[in-house]
Amino acid sequence: MAITPNPYKTTGTLGWIDDRFPLTKMWKDHLAEYYAPKNFNFWYFFGSLALLVLVNQLLTGIFLTMHYKPAADMAFDSVEYIMRDVPWGNVIRYMHSTGASAFFVVVFLHMFRGLLYGSYQKPRELIWVFGALIFLVLMAEAFCGYVLPWGNMSYWGASVIINLFGTIPFIGADLVTWIQGDFVPSDATLNRLFSLHVIALPFVLVGLVAAHILALHEVGSNNPDGVEIKKNKDPKTGIPLDGIAFHPYYTVKDMVGVAGFLIIFCGVLFFAPDGGGYFLEAPNFTPASQTNTPEHITPAWYFGTYYAMLRATPSFAGTQIWGVLVMGAAVVILFFVPWLDKSKVKSIRYKGPLSKAALTVFAINFVILNYYGLQPPSGTVTLISQVGTVLYFAFFLLMPWYSKIDKTKPVPERVTA
Amino acid sequence: MNRLTTRFARIAVLLTGALLAQGAQANAGVQLLSFTPDTGNLASAQRGARNYMAYCSGCHSMKYLRYNRLAEDLKIPEDVLKKNLMFTSDKVGDPIKVAMPAASEQWFGRVPPDLSLESRARGPSWIYTYLKSFYIDESRPLGVNNTVLVGASMPHVLWELQGWQKKAEHKAEGEHAEAAGGHHEGSPFELVTKGSLTPKEYDEFVADTVNFMDYAAEPGKAGRISLGFKVLMYLFGLLVLTYFLKKEFWRDVH
Amino acid sequence: MSNEGVDGSRRRFLTTATSVVGAAGAAGAAWPFLASLKPSARARALGAPVIADISTLEPGMRATYLWRGQPIWVVRRTPEMLASLDAVKGDLLDPESKAPQQPAYITDKSRAIKPEFMVMKGVCTHLGCSPTMRADHPAPEIAPNWQGGFFCPCHGSKFDLAGRVYKGVPAPSNIVIPPHRYDGDTVLVIGEDPKTA
Repeated sequence: MAITPNPYKTTGTLGWIDDRFPLTKMWKDHLAEYYAPKNFNFWYFFGSLALLVLVNQLLTGIFLTMHYKPAADMAFDSVEYIMRDVPWGNVIRYMHSTGASAFFVVVFLHMFRGLLYGSYQKPRELIWVFGALIFLVLMAEAFCGYVLPWGNMSYWGASVIINLFGTIPFIGADLVTWIQGDFVPSDATLNRLFSLHVIALPFVLVGLVAAHILALHEVGSNNPDGVEIKKNKDPKTGIPLDGIAFHPYYTVKDMVGVAGFLIIFCGVLFFAPDGGGYFLEAPNFTPASQTNTPEHITPAWYFGTYYAMLRATPSFAGTQIWGVLVMGAAVVILFFVPWLDKSKVKSIRYKGPLSKAALTVFAINFVILNYYGLQPPSGTVTLISQVGTVLYFAFFLLMPWYSKIDKTKPVPERVTA
Repeated sequence: MNRLTTRFARIAVLLTGALLAQGAQANAGVQLLSFTPDTGNLASAQRGARNYMAYCSGCHSMKYLRYNRLAEDLKIPEDVLKKNLMFTSDKVGDPIKVAMPAASEQWFGRVPPDLSLESRARGPSWIYTYLKSFYIDESRPLGVNNTVLVGASMPHVLWELQGWQKKAEHKAEGEHAEAAGGHHEGSPFELVTKGSLTPKEYDEFVADTVNFMDYAAEPGKAGRISLGFKVLMYLFGLLVLTYFLKKEFWRDVH
Repeated sequence: MSNEGVDGSRRRFLTTATSVVGAAGAAGAAWPFLASLKPSARARALGAPVIADISTLEPGMRATYLWRGQPIWVVRRTPEMLASLDAVKGDLLDPESKAPQQPAYITDKSRAIKPEFMVMKGVCTHLGCSPTMRADHPAPEIAPNWQGGFFCPCHGSKFDLAGRVYKGVPAPSNIVIPPHRYDGDTVLVIGEDPKTA
C-alpha cells in the first residue's frame, strides 16, 4: 500500500518519519508555527518555568528513587545515605527539595497571572480547569513526598493530614485505618505514599500538563490585554497580526527567564537549602517517633493558606469536619472561576476599580493567610485567619456580582505595546 | 458513635494540642546564646573533632559519619586519625559508633542519642548554650541539671574543664543581659569551682565542638557552598548571553 | 514583523555562543546524575581491603576470603604443586601470563608475590562462575595431563594451580589476580597494592 506523502514535503530520514509520524507537524503546531501574542510580559515566564521545575522534579526524583528505601526502619537512614554516601547525592536531594518549594512559588504566580488577565474566560475554561486539577494533584504529590524522609515532621504531618479524613461522620475512623493500612502511620502507610509519589501521581500530573498545554494550543494564548489575536489575521498568510512564532521568539525569551530563575533557585539550593527552616524543617532531622510530637507542628509552607482556614473554622455540632470542608472548598472553588467572572473584559487593565480592589485584597490576603497558617495558634492568629478565610471566599463568591456591575474600559482592537 | 468521638478527640489533640505546644517553644523560656557555626574553619573543626572523640563519643554515636569522610573533609592525615580519633573501630570506612555497651540505658535512664544530625535538628545555638548551661542541682540523681534541657539525664561530662557552676541569684536580670549579647558579667550562672580551663578557653572549647558537630550534621555543606559560587557565576554569564540573544531576535518584532 | 536591519552574523554568533554555553551547562548538570551511580561511600567501605592471616593455612590447602563481594582464594602451594606449573606449560593458552590479568608487580612465573602463596580471584574468566578446586591428579576425565588445578563446572574451563587457562576451553584468559600486599610475613592485605611497589 502506498503511503500518502506528508504535506510538508520533507525528504530523507525526516521525510520517512513524517510519512509515518507527525514530527514536523508537532514541531510546527506547537513551536515554529504556534503564534503567541507579542505582548507577553513578566508574568508569562511562569508557565515555562513550571514545566522546567516539573522536569527537574522528575529527573531528580528518578535518581533519588535509586537510593531511597521506602521502609519505615530504613527510610530516614537512606535519606542520610543519599546526603552523605552517594556521590553528589546531597546536590540531587536539595534540587528535589528546593524544587518542591519552587514548584509552588512558580505555580502560585502562574495562577495569579491567570486571575490578573482573565486567562480562564471563554474559550479558555478547560485550560483553567486542567490547571486547577494540576494544582490539586500537585498538593497530593507534595504531601506524599513530604512524608517520605520519615523524619518526625513527616510522621506527624502524615498523621495530621490523614486524620482529616477521620472527621467524616460514621466512616471516618475506618477510613483513616484503611488509608494508613494500620492503626497509625506506619511502614504500610509510607510504602503506599511512596508508590503514589513516584508512580501514580506523577503519571497523572504529566498527563494533565499535556492536556493543559494541548488545550492552550488549541485556542491560543491569552495576553495582558485580553485581546483575541486571532480576530486580526494577515489576509495573505493567515497569521495573526499580533502573533509571533513561539519559536524562536518565545523560546529565546523564556531562556532569559530560565537563567534568571535558576540564579534564584541555585542561590537557595546551594546557600540556604533549608529555606530558613521552611523548605526543610529542623524536626525532620530527627527520625519519626510515635511518642514525641515535635514542638513546632506546621504543614509545609505552601499549605499555609489552606491550613490557616482549617484552623480558623470552629467545630460545632460536635464535629471538626467543617474546617476540612472549608479547606476543601477553598480549592474546589478555583474550578468555578471561569463561570464566576461575569465581566465583559478579560484583563485587569480594562476592568474597573471593584475588580482591581478585589484582586489586590485577595492577593495580599492570600499571603497573610499563608503567614498566619504557619504561626503558633493564638486568639489573634485565629481571628486574623477567620477574617482572611471570609475574604478569600468573598473574592470568589461575590465575583458574579462585582464583576458584572463594575465599570470597564474599552478594550483596544489590537494588543498594546 | 463512641469511636467517632474518640476520633474527633484525637484530631483535636493533633491539630490544636500539638500546635499549642509550639507556644511552649523557645526552650522553656531560656534565651539561647546565638552561635553561628564557622563553616570551613578547618582548624576549629579539627579541634572540635578531637573534643568530640575524647568527651562525647564514648556515649554518643555519629552513625551517619564515616571516619574516612571526616579525615578527608577536615584534612586529618590517616595516621593521626587512627591514633587520636578512632577508638571503636580500626576500619577507616566505618561510621562513628559508641564504645559504650547497650546497658547504658540503665545508667542514665535512656540511651544517649546519636548526634550526627543534632546541629540540624536543634541548631548550633542550642548545643552551644546547652554545653554551657549545666549547673549544680542536688535534687537530680546525678546532682546536675541544665537550664536548656531541664531534667537532662546527661551528666556534666565537661566539668573538669569548665568547673562547676551554680544558678546565680539575680537570675532574671542576668538572663536579660545575656540575651543582649553580654558574656560572663550577665551570665545566669556563677562559677563555684574552677575548672582546668578559663571561662574564655571553655567557650572556645565549646565553640570548636559545635563547629565540628555542625560539620558532622552536613559534611557536604562547605562543598555545596563553594560549588554554588561557580554555578552562580556560570548562570550570570548565561543570563547575559540569553539577554542579548533575546534582544537580537526581538528586533524582528515591531 | 520584518527582517530589515537584521544583523545576521551577530545573530549567528549569539545563537552559537548561547548553544555552546548552554550545552556546557547541561553537560555540567548531567554530571552529578551520572556520578551518583558510582559506588557510594558505603559500597566503598564494604569493599575496603580485607586483612587475612594466612599463617594457619596448611600446605596444599586453600582459604577463601570475600573482597568486594567476590571470592578471593589463597592457595598454599607445596613444592610439588609449584613443580607442576612447568609440567602443564604446553597445555596452556598464555603460560607466560602476558595478558594483563595480574597487577604489574606480579612478575614471577608462578604468578605470585611469594610463590608459596597463590592469591587469585575465585572467578572464571569466561562468564563469572566460581571454579572448583581439583588438586587431585591424575584426573583423566578433566585432562590427560592433569596436574591439579581448577575446573569450572559451568562450561568446563580448566586452569592450573597458578590460575593459568588451558587451551581449547571457553575461558579466554588466565584468572585475575587482585591487588594485594603482605603486612609482615603471614598477614595478607587483599585489595591494596604494595606500599612501595
